[in-house]
Amino acid sequence: MARKNNDVLEVPQSVTVTVGRTLTQIAWLRLRRDRVAKVCMAILIFIAFIAIFAPLICNVLKIDPYEFNSALLSDDGGLPSGRFGGVSLAHPLGIEPLTGRDILARLLYGSRISLFIAVTATAITVVTGVVIGILAGNSRGRLDTFLSRVMDITLAFPLLLVIIAMSPVLEQRIASFGIPEGNSSRIVTLILVLSVFGWPYLARLIRGQVLSLREREFVEAAISIGSSNRRILFKELLPNLWGPILIYTTIALPGLIGAEATLAFLGISVLPPTATWGSMLQESVSYFSVDPFYFFVPLTMLLAAVLSFNLLGDALRDALDPKAGRM
Amino acid sequence: MLMVFMLTILSIVTFLLFNAVPTDPARLTCGKTCSPATIEANRIRLGLDQPLITQYLEWIKGIFAGRTYGSGTATFNCDAPCLGYSFRNGEQVTDMIVTSLPVTIYLALGAFVLWMVGGISTGIYAARKKGKWQDRAIMGVTLVGYSLPVFFIGILMLIFVVVRWNILPYPSYVGPNVDTLQFLQTMILPWISLAILYAAYYTRLTRSQMLDTMSEDYIRTARAKGLPEKIVLRKHALRAGLTPIVTSAGLDLAGLLGGAVITEYIFGLPGLGRLAIGAVTEYDLPTITATTLVAATFVIVANIVVDLLYAAIDPRVRLQ
Repeated sequence: MARKNNDVLEVPQSVTVTVGRTLTQIAWLRLRRDRVAKVCMAILIFIAFIAIFAPLICNVLKIDPYEFNSALLSDDGGLPSGRFGGVSLAHPLGIEPLTGRDILARLLYGSRISLFIAVTATAITVVTGVVIGILAGNSRGRLDTFLSRVMDITLAFPLLLVIIAMSPVLEQRIASFGIPEGNSSRIVTLILVLSVFGWPYLARLIRGQVLSLREREFVEAAISIGSSNRRILFKELLPNLWGPILIYTTIALPGLIGAEATLAFLGISVLPPTATWGSMLQESVSYFSVDPFYFFVPLTMLLAAVLSFNLLGDALRDALDPKAGRM
Repeated sequence: MLMVFMLTILSIVTFLLFNAVPTDPARLTCGKTCSPATIEANRIRLGLDQPLITQYLEWIKGIFAGRTYGSGTATFNCDAPCLGYSFRNGEQVTDMIVTSLPVTIYLALGAFVLWMVGGISTGIYAARKKGKWQDRAIMGVTLVGYSLPVFFIGILMLIFVVVRWNILPYPSYVGPNVDTLQFLQTMILPWISLAILYAAYYTRLTRSQMLDTMSEDYIRTARAKGLPEKIVLRKHALRAGLTPIVTSAGLDLAGLLGGAVITEYIFGLPGLGRLAIGAVTEYDLPTITATTLVAATFVIVANIVVDLLYAAIDPRVRLQ
């Protein structure tokens, strides 16, 4: 008896202790070990930081996004004098051709609007998509059919075309609701059109997830103990959806940053002299052959943000993948 | 049946979008210096004074049977299928769409072939070299390609190939029957720049699909019974992994047929996309409505075609 007991006691000592971890903890651990993900997060935090504190940074550096510096331009053609589009201590990223406005200041202020539009539109898209996706997936029958058809129809519209076509029309409508005409109504319009055509993708994804989740035992168990519908939706289903929601968000954000840039390129964004990354790209394209540096500044910024989000999304997908080996 | 239903809903939504949302559609029929009298005259001629439901029914009737605008001496006919009359251009919208549609079709089909061949073969190659440097390089390049703004590749190509290096003449569109060489010279850059963008996405999609199916049991079985790797890849893995690729391909092609707005804009191709952009800048509502309707119809039809294709590709899917 005694010897047997000893044997039993000895075995656990040689086995490494397994710690119980939730899926979230595992994902977080994996993400923290992913070097690419860490670099991307650092870049994104940095971009968010300079966007939020743009006025402060500009004050410290004594630069202004709207101030003309015609003295620094060459006499023929109005190009910036000096190398790399007029890079100097006073203007670290050079100045614009023709006007001589400081590019760094415009870039910083532009980040605010570009990111504001992308972040707000993403937030609206995600909330609408999740709510409608859960509703459609959880309700059997008519409501589901109706919502799915709405998604199909919305997805059928040529996104870019409708946005371009709707923007001027919608802008008048929005202005008639008392939002000041000009940039405010333009930004509201942009956010609105980008969200209206963005939510069905996520809603479809969520609906599919809910369809398979609601047949699982834990939902059945919750129903059997008499949980309210609301509890099932938010306490049982929603926590299982954080993965796809998070991944979608990291894909949607760079997509919307790119979308704003594309619209700006076609001339549908904020009005000058206000800048966004997209409007800076659009303006600088025409100077590409004489002042390429001007073009690469907003492009680098845009690419850094979009690439970081995409890479972070990839890393997140790997981290949340239940098929991947646990650690 | 489903298609008819979807198209009906689609036409209603499109109609409301452009006729109910603007504060005054009649105001948009002519320029900024338009006199109030002209606006009122246009309002009556176009039937914009009628209730929305009548306007919608008239519009639908026009598509099937044609319609006549105005009354008395100032009438003009719009033959079926009448998608509206563009006051700005003094032309029937249907005619404008018929002239610009072929350009868009050439553009979309050329790019489609390029990106499908390029994307799928690169994707398969990357999947076979999984984890090696070739795979990493391809994934890196496609990620950058995927992240670039849509207009970027086109603009750079135009600047370097045409303006800087003078390899190709400045793009100026002619029909393939008129001057085949000039047609090809004009289309090659738009084709490539569109294809690069999509190929990046399809490479990633194909790779992940292949990796997914390659870990299935039946692949191991196929290998175990001694099938050559080529056959395993083509007949077993690719075919099963093809379904999502076909879905994306069908919808992307349909989306492009509705007008590759940016590419047409950059290279000055007179396709549907540029027609739409032109209409937007001129606030030409009938043209905007019509191009949107045409583009969305393509997507709806493609949706249904893709569903049918599923059954042909994947024997596990059977239509009732």
